[in-house]
Amino acid sequence: MSEIPAIELRKINKSFGPVHANKDIDLVVKKGSIHGIIGENGAGKSTLMSILYGFYHADDGDIIIKGKKVTIADSKAAIGMGIGMVHQHFMLVDNFSVLENVVLGAEDSALLAGGLSRARTELKRLEEEYELRVDPEALIQDLPVGLQQRVEILKALYRSAEVLILDEPTGVLTPAEADHLFKILDVLKNQGKTVLLITHKLREIMAVTDTVSVMRRGEMVATRETGNTSMEELAELMVGRSVLLRVDKEPAQPEAPVMEVENLTVTDSRGVQVVKDVSLSVRAGEIVGIAGVSGNGQSELLETLSGIRRATSGTLKIHGESIDLGTSTLDAADMRKKNMGHVPEDRHRMGLINSFTEYENSILGYHRDPAYSRGLLMDLAAIKKNAVAEIEKYDIRPPNPMLKTANFSGGNQQKIVLAREIERDPEVLLIGQPTRGVDIGAIEFIHRRIVELRDAGKGILLVSVELDEIRALSDRVLVMFDGKIVGERGSNADEGELGLLMAGVEDNRMTAEGGVQ
Amino acid sequence: MSGGQLPRWVDLGLIPFLNLSAAFLVSGLVVILIGENPLDAVKVLLWGSLGYAEGFGFTLFYATNFIFTGLAVAVAFHAGLFNIGGEGQAYVGGLGVAFACLALDQYVPWYVTLPFAILGSAAMGAAWAFIPAWLQAKRGSHVVITTIMFNYISFSFMVYLLGNVLKKPGSMQNETRTFEDGGRLPFLNDVFPSFGFGYAPVNLSLFVALAACVAVWFLIWRTKLGYEIRSFGANATAAVYAGISPVRIIVVTMLISGGLAGMMAINEIMGSQHRLLIDFVTGYGFVGIAVALMGRAHPVGIILAAVLFGMLYQGGAELSFEMPNITRDMIIVIQGLVILFAGALEHMFRPAIVRFFTPSQALAAKEA
Amino acid sequence: MFRLSSSACAAIFVAALSATAACADPAIVYSVGGKFDGSFNESAFAGVKRYMEETGENVREFELERDAQSLQALRNFASRGNAPVIAIGFNQANALKQAAEAFPNSDFAIVDMVVDQPNVRSYVFKEHEGAYIGGLLAAMASESGTVGFVGGMDIPIIQRFLCGYKQGALSADPDIKVLFNMTGDTPAAFANPVRGGELATAQIKRGADVVLQAAGGTGLGVLQAAADAGVLGIGTDSNQNGLHKGKVLTSIRKRVDNAVFDSFNSAREGSFSPGIQVLGLAEGGMDWVLDENNRPLISDEMKTAADAAVAGISDGTIKVHDVISDGVCPY
Repeated sequence: MSEIPAIELRKINKSFGPVHANKDIDLVVKKGSIHGIIGENGAGKSTLMSILYGFYHADDGDIIIKGKKVTIADSKAAIGMGIGMVHQHFMLVDNFSVLENVVLGAEDSALLAGGLSRARTELKRLEEEYELRVDPEALIQDLPVGLQQRVEILKALYRSAEVLILDEPTGVLTPAEADHLFKILDVLKNQGKTVLLITHKLREIMAVTDTVSVMRRGEMVATRETGNTSMEELAELMVGRSVLLRVDKEPAQPEAPVMEVENLTVTDSRGVQVVKDVSLSVRAGEIVGIAGVSGNGQSELLETLSGIRRATSGTLKIHGESIDLGTSTLDAADMRKKNMGHVPEDRHRMGLINSFTEYENSILGYHRDPAYSRGLLMDLAAIKKNAVAEIEKYDIRPPNPMLKTANFSGGNQQKIVLAREIERDPEVLLIGQPTRGVDIGAIEFIHRRIVELRDAGKGILLVSVELDEIRALSDRVLVMFDGKIVGERGSNADEGELGLLMAGVEDNRMTAEGGVQ
Repeated sequence: MSGGQLPRWVDLGLIPFLNLSAAFLVSGLVVILIGENPLDAVKVLLWGSLGYAEGFGFTLFYATNFIFTGLAVAVAFHAGLFNIGGEGQAYVGGLGVAFACLALDQYVPWYVTLPFAILGSAAMGAAWAFIPAWLQAKRGSHVVITTIMFNYISFSFMVYLLGNVLKKPGSMQNETRTFEDGGRLPFLNDVFPSFGFGYAPVNLSLFVALAACVAVWFLIWRTKLGYEIRSFGANATAAVYAGISPVRIIVVTMLISGGLAGMMAINEIMGSQHRLLIDFVTGYGFVGIAVALMGRAHPVGIILAAVLFGMLYQGGAELSFEMPNITRDMIIVIQGLVILFAGALEHMFRPAIVRFFTPSQALAAKEA
Repeated sequence: MFRLSSSACAAIFVAALSATAACADPAIVYSVGGKFDGSFNESAFAGVKRYMEETGENVREFELERDAQSLQALRNFASRGNAPVIAIGFNQANALKQAAEAFPNSDFAIVDMVVDQPNVRSYVFKEHEGAYIGGLLAAMASESGTVGFVGGMDIPIIQRFLCGYKQGALSADPDIKVLFNMTGDTPAAFANPVRGGELATAQIKRGADVVLQAAGGTGLGVLQAAADAGVLGIGTDSNQNGLHKGKVLTSIRKRVDNAVFDSFNSAREGSFSPGIQVLGLAEGGMDWVLDENNRPLISDEMKTAADAAVAGISDGTIKVHDVISDGVCPY
């Protein structure tokens, strides 16, 4: 080997009780490269990175940094060795400024003032060197997530990180923000930094990495030069079997409309109009996709139609009935009675109660259904029977209805929600972000279920910020921008064209949003 | 998220035990500081509260109060509400008991009066919780603030009523007349003379309290309403998604909570004092918060925690009686330490224990 | 039947861990306020101290943390042979009645309440008589024609004090205006000097130039506020004239200390007798204090009037209304 690698791991092992989370892991990360680590949820990626960052100690094995064998006692020691970490969930103080956050924990002295002015100079240098522009005086809470992430990166650089670990960095980003992040990573690489990118998204691996290592069930199963591999190969390595990355579906056979929305306007609690005069219809047997960058009114649209949020005005025709949404007091339970199911965008915040067991979550929203209750009481036997049936049908793992949903992986959690909503046999199903944070094997399964529901003659309104997903599933695509529907395309819509609509090019906001210089 | 599931015996047994041990260790240091032997102190405390039937009877009497106020706080906890108004709700609940007893005691036996006393106390306690509940549900005024304010209002309200409306003429005290036998619950000593509870005021309302525990367990874990209460408490957004009305849950839960707190008055008023008098709650409502915390808002835990606090009350009194150096203020310090370790510092040992018992699940949760 | 007099020592039923308590010591159970409440209990404590100093005997003491403990404490003392056992405060009346029934051979006493048992001595005070003198002197000392009253809690004993105060003030000046406030609605109202000071200040701003406190520990704040504002305060329960020399017009004493001392001492001498002791001005249970601290404040005219009132009340020519008898204060 011509050059000393930035990091080398040899035969790393780590067990938690009976679970062997890392088995004989070998890894060589070249200096100045972007090295991807891909694997499904629970494959052991986070454990490995936690060992590298000093959160856990390996049971055995060696860590070699810049040719020297080291022990990393804690994250402070890791930082001392030039390792920086950008966590999936940011570790920032919301009501502190960018500068204060960067300095936090790395103050030179008890007196903050002197340190701050020096830090400001240093921050300016870093920002210019790595093209990471952020207003140092802005408060974190005022920044969009993309910029917050930049602050996390600055924090690591400020502590002289040579190796930067990014844990699922795009999970919270819009496509534009993600693209910009990748540009930043390129700059970092060109400046000689080493980047370790943890992800389960194949597209990202293909787009930015030089080398990719694949983990499956605690083992490192392969390392490839990114240029010499393909998405299909990586997916197969990850899952352990061949995976279908495209959705196989027949053309839609749409019938009469099952849901019609007319002139819907929604105003949020701050008095801002978030949905502006939207009209759309969903026919039986079709999937209508709503594309758009996150935050353009799709969430509010779904919440209003499902009865969670109140509209300012508008009409909803469903189940043979015309409802004036401006005056209706129907809540989510009432909408379910009108045969409308709802898979919410955020299963942690809304779709599931994480501290509840699987069977308790399997009736959330349907707990008053006579099928699951006897008078004032819940019919636990019926509920559990139903839960077991859904677990079986949707291959939810582990197949234990008594387990708290917090202990299921993202994909299985999503299957719990999907099973609950689909198995109630709705006429209309509202689906938001069906595969966010879900691993590849489960994505395939979920997509197939959605198409099956369509083929059974139901109407589906799909909201997703993943353009690939919209294009793969939808029979018709509506694009939302700034609360309005700005265009409609067919199932074979052109990606570039949709992208332009999503960015609202007419308003010339592309550059403002992306912030690319 | 609590980071993985602990085995039940750890969650409900080991952690409270460690917290208690820590509390007693620190208390022991304090006892040493004032020059007494901590082992002797523990002996007196245990003997006084459990060692003989009459002492145990006092322990159970106090525990009865704590069960009611603990359940009240616990039910609200399940809906994510922090009802600090148990003090006032119990106080006003006394009115319901007194009305039933004053109206009926001369005409019917106690077992006819009791259902009315239960209904009356629960209704008055619930009524006292209603306005804070309504303000929270409709206006977003935090129940922590409003229930505390309603405690103060109840103090003034009751002093006014007892001083000007309900007072027995010519009495030196703000109190109603003493109830006749029809308004007195039998003491356990009279029901089970062989147990030898002696003069301990523990009475049949202990069984009302235990029945309330069963009822609360059933409500929370077996009924649709309980499911909705827990859903709302665990994740209010998800509850709205499920079509559960926050206004309804807040109001209904607070009514139940207030009703349970109000029922505490049965033990004090109908069971022991046999008259409505001012200031009979004396902190039971507040200690109920610690009981609920320590009992992890589960009826079984609440019974255990209530007995523990009953022991502290009774054993503490014996302690300050036997060891005059350990004043009543010292006893309050010890009680405070228990509350501190069991409540406020509940999470002190928890992370280490979670790590010890469930590394794999903790990890799974992290990876998810 | 063997009667357990205070000098005898007997172990009737000694709870397992006793043995520390010396037999035959008299015992006292203070009410929830605690023995350093700066007022009522403290006055009782003063009697205990005096007894211990004068006789060299020991006294067992217990402070209630809550009323439910009262019966337990009284029974514990009685069962260990402590006699007499004195309960301080009307809240203990029910418990004392039960304890007295259970230990018919032990002697008990209670302050501020009547317990009709053959082995109980009950001390009650005519607070209204003392308050009358306070009102009389306040009205005579007032130049503004307005006097104030800060009570602890709105309970009968304080109402009785207030009514007597009003009657006394009106007897000296039919046009006098009496301002009054209660501090709170829980026993904490007797231990809140800050609030007491605020209420007194408010009354002073409304024109009161003499303010009487009937609020236990809260009253210390009342007297402080009066002294700070340059007007006069009137103390109660114990002699508070010296607290702010020249600023406390007088103190209306309630001689709980005497009651405690008397019952201990009579038991010691073997002359303890049950029955009701109603202590007013005539019996020396209530009095007003004239000492070097307030002599310049009390004119001859005032002293004469006060002495005349004491004499009149004592011989029954002046009737001070007791609000507890009919629940209504006519003034």
